[in-house]
Amino acid sequence: MPYTAEKPKIAESREELRARIPGWGVDLDPKDRPSVPRERFDPAANGGNGELPERQPERWPRERSIEHAMLTPVFGTSCPPKGLSGKMRRYAYQRFSEARAAHWLLLIAADRVDATESHLQSFRTLRPDNPITQTGVLSEFRRHGISSRFGKKRADLAHLPLDPIIVLAPWVLAYLAVRRLFRALFRRGRS
Amino acid sequence: MRAMVYRGPYKIRVEEKDVPAIEHPNDAIVRVTLAAICGSDLHLYHGMVPDTRVGTTFGHEFIGVVEEVGPSVQNLKRGDRVMVPFNVFCGSCFFCARGLHSNCHNVNANATAVGGIYGYSHTAGGYDGGQSEFVRVPFADVGPSLIPEWMDDEDAVLLTDALATGYFGAQLGDIVEGDVVVVFGAGPVGLFAAKSAWLMGAGRVIVIDHLEYRLEKARTFAHAETYNFAEYDDIVVHMKKITDHLGADVAIEAVGAEADGNFLQHVTSAKLKLQGGSPVALNWAIDSVRKGGTVSVMGAYGPMFSAVKFGDAVNKGLTLRMNQCPVKPQWPRLFEHVKNGYLKPSDVVTHRIPLEHIAEGYHIFSAKLDGCIKPLIVPNAA
Ligand SMILES: NC(=O)c1ccc[n+]([C@@H]2O[C@H](COP(=O)([O-])OP(=O)(O)OC[C@H]3O[C@@H](n4cnc5c(N)ncnc54)[C@H](O)[C@@H]3O)[C@@H](O)[C@H]2O)c1
Ligand SMILES: [Zn+2]
Ligand SMILES: [Zn+2]
Repeated sequence: MPYTAEKPKIAESREELRARIPGWGVDLDPKDRPSVPRERFDPAANGGNGELPERQPERWPRERSIEHAMLTPVFGTSCPPKGLSGKMRRYAYQRFSEARAAHWLLLIAADRVDATESHLQSFRTLRPDNPITQTGVLSEFRRHGISSRFGKKRADLAHLPLDPIIVLAPWVLAYLAVRRLFRALFRRGRS
Repeated sequence: MRAMVYRGPYKIRVEEKDVPAIEHPNDAIVRVTLAAICGSDLHLYHGMVPDTRVGTTFGHEFIGVVEEVGPSVQNLKRGDRVMVPFNVFCGSCFFCARGLHSNCHNVNANATAVGGIYGYSHTAGGYDGGQSEFVRVPFADVGPSLIPEWMDDEDAVLLTDALATGYFGAQLGDIVEGDVVVVFGAGPVGLFAAKSAWLMGAGRVIVIDHLEYRLEKARTFAHAETYNFAEYDDIVVHMKKITDHLGADVAIEAVGAEADGNFLQHVTSAKLKLQGGSPVALNWAIDSVRKGGTVSVMGAYGPMFSAVKFGDAVNKGLTLRMNQCPVKPQWPRLFEHVKNGYLKPSDVVTHRIPLEHIAEGYHIFSAKLDGCIKPLIVPNAA
């Protein structure tokens, strides 16, 4: 009890723990733990030479955090910014540091715009987005969707109904928008 | 080549992409032979990590064979079998020189608060990942290691993140002999953290989750005492009851941004993206550890703010420790533990899924169906 000085006793002795658990205590000595202390100055041990690495060519203007003094010598080249989402992303990087909520909120908004732009674009390709195959939802049947979830005291059942809404909402909204557009055109055609 | 591609929240597909090119003299191109899906990938998959672009390939846990090397690469050659730490890192910057590979300053132009991670959004540098047939590996002389002859591929792929992270998380707990250690989360990271806590001399290891099949694994694989938080009105009170009302000496948080157990916290973060992450498990860790105790956070959170119970942490005089794991420094010691049979990482693998079916893999792992603990991804070219 914390109301008195002694620490509560552990049920098992050293020997019992060693017998029950393979390897118990092999890293008891902090010297055997690779990240103790967490920081140790040793450039040679970390594979580099302590110099600024050679620069990777910048094939298009690469967005960067304004908390950096310069573009890092090496950077990822996946998915350069494009479209409206690209404009939003560039603005978020140019204008706001990582310390500002606006930076992250703009980037998250750009992600939603990117998804919408990409879905619409996919309908102009031979491979339109397919919410059934892309969500992997058919595995619900093959992989015991019902028995994995129910009668198991799972805490995530409370918000389960939100998932289909999140996935389907953009499709429903797109459908409603298209229907509205057609109706408007149809009405104009009649008058 | 075939590669997994993100199409928006909850949606991915496999596409034909160009094989990545050498962008820098110290790059290598690796042909992936085995990859895995990590709990961290779920945060991307659910659209929680800012600047996750449609078209990005995920995957930061992979092993493979060197296909091509840049002109300055000396330590690797075509045909070498390599395991690649999930950190993209230079080895030379202020942070790398001190062993903080996960905080490298030379590889992530997009953010200074995050290091470089393969396939982990532009917030982590904009690199494509390894759930694919080929992947670009920067600083090929620094990051990858040859896979030891005696090591199984499945053990090797788990060493690139999950096992190293669990082991690192236990180290940040500064466990001393006889400590009571509570681990929140019985996913791969939590299971490995629990197992590692014993190696460091813990006297009692407790694991908390709400998925019975994972708690079962925590009992058999990690020899832990387990509690299902969904069975208790208040898991923190229960933790006090089972520790003589003192609380645990060390808490390890291995849940992260999508923690369940509080509807409001979960929905505002995982669904509405109004917080960097749902700190339910983190708050439970803060409240169940004893005064003066240590909380080690391995769970990942987005860069936005989260509603953390900071006052309790201050008033209890806690030590809060956390980081993305610097993977490579863990390897020499972990190789010994695997070789000696103290750790068998592949024991947590439940599913082996062909790359072509990866959308189902994500769904199974995300929805926790079919007893899924760790799904591996097998590319076609492998
Ligand atoms: N720091 C790092 O370097 C690093 C590396 C890898 C993974 N991670 C992070 O670690 C976390 C776990 O990864 P994983 O692969 O084991 O994921 P996972 O999704 O398989 O496991 C998470 C587990 O937490 C459980 N859980 C949910 N809410 C909980 C709560 N309130 N209390 C207790 N348990 C709860 C879930 O049921 C699940 O079993 C993720 O956030 C991941 O991003 C961090
Ligand atoms: Zn990971
Ligand atoms: Zn570095």
